Amino acid sequence: MRIEEHPILKFNKGKMIKFVFDGQEMEGYEGETIAAALHAAGVKVLGKSLFLHRPRGFYCAIGNCSSCLMTVNGVANVKTCVTDLEEGMIVEIQEGRGVIV
Amino acid sequence: MKQAEIVIIGGGPAGLCAALSAAKSGSNVLIIDKNKNLGGQLIKQTHMFFGSEKQYASKRGIDIPEILIDELFKYKENVEIKTEATAVGMYEDGIITVLEKEDNYYKIEPKAVIVATGAYEKFLSFPNNDLPGIYGAGAVQTLMNVYGVKPGNKVLMVGAGNIGLIVSYQLMQAGVEVKAILDAAPKIGGYLVHASKIRRMGVPILTSHTVKEAIGNEFLEKVVISEVDEKFNRIKGTEMIFDVDVMCISVGLTPLNELLALRGCEMKYIPQLSGIVPVRNENYETTVENVFVAGDATGVEEASAAMVEGFLAGLCAAAKIGYKPDDFIDRKNDYIKQLNNLRSGPAGKHILAGIEQIGR
Repeated sequence: MRIEEHPILKFNKGKMIKFVFDGQEMEGYEGETIAAALHAAGVKVLGKSLFLHRPRGFYCAIGNCSSCLMTVNGVANVKTCVTDLEEGMIVEIQEGRGVIV
Repeated sequence: MKQAEIVIIGGGPAGLCAALSAAKSGSNVLIIDKNKNLGGQLIKQTHMFFGSEKQYASKRGIDIPEILIDELFKYKENVEIKTEATAVGMYEDGIITVLEKEDNYYKIEPKAVIVATGAYEKFLSFPNNDLPGIYGAGAVQTLMNVYGVKPGNKVLMVGAGNIGLIVSYQLMQAGVEVKAILDAAPKIGGYLVHASKIRRMGVPILTSHTVKEAIGNEFLEKVVISEVDEKFNRIKGTEMIFDVDVMCISVGLTPLNELLALRGCEMKYIPQLSGIVPVRNENYETTVENVFVAGDATGVEEASAAMVEGFLAGLCAAAKIGYKPDDFIDRKNDYIKQLNNLRSGPAGKHILAGIEQIGR
């Protein structure tokens, strides 16, 4: 779901890179966030709520609301809406609070 | 411990102008911003600004950060910028703690600080409001205008204020269908010029309507709305169902200023300023000496007002620590005049009523 044509903006996309989301290989652009790349690939559910396990997507997209926390390269609670996508990243839906130490 | 003259927390419109103003007066400034790039939320504003030339009117928001940063470069000996650096605390002894990138944690002892941390989006209560596909209007703007990604195919916009109207237009520019805009208020809150543009494109604006519930399993599939009476109670039998995969919530912003509360500044709830704001004087200094505030953190307004507040707070903070330029009074009066002009419309009346309550 990428914008192909825009009357005002030109999107200077970086290089196409590969990453893994819940075991599935995906592609996104260098310079975009993990959440943007996932959304472009049609992934809206980024996590589950703590107690009722309800699906969670992003809400603010600027790193304020913590609705987009995921486990990235084994690190829990990464704000994927403000974290840049990198080649070979392992991105996973997080269950519960995530293991910190 | 790092020493600094003026620390500016937040490099959006208010913070950049504060830095520029203080540096112009001769002070050293240190800008701390949690994002990768300066500019705050200007980086996604593709529309042209109103106001006057001094607030970059008729320029698109996305082009303003570059202008300000270029200007700031003229004072590069005085300016230090830390991006991907979050001010995580500001304590009673005046010390600011910063987390830069992932593991660089340090303390700063400033002579003065200007808090320009902005605002965050409000939310709305209704059943299933947590379904993915329900996003803040600003979030959708970021996704589209910064990353070139569509939020979905069919959108229902909640809120007919300026943000709701502008983002609806921008959604259409990105090739996304906007089904309708609704607002619980009986009147459109945003400028008529924006509303007319939307209506000409065939999008209905439903005033006196609110969301009854969202429907969907893993993500949003449908939204049920209903009409409300003059007391905002839902009227039975007026329900309408929209098949949409995105609902944008644009019901206003609220100031983001916890650092000031933590520092011990006197805070006050003022509805006209959209939330809890610091008590301040006309120099934008809070009840704690040498702690200043500017922009949405002191009450939600438009970016143009935030920029002028930044210029004013920067000027006054610099003067307070010993950098008082010869034209101090002229500059100060000019900024105050600009703010008065920006607040001369009907929305401004509301803001002024709020500001009256925070005077020190």
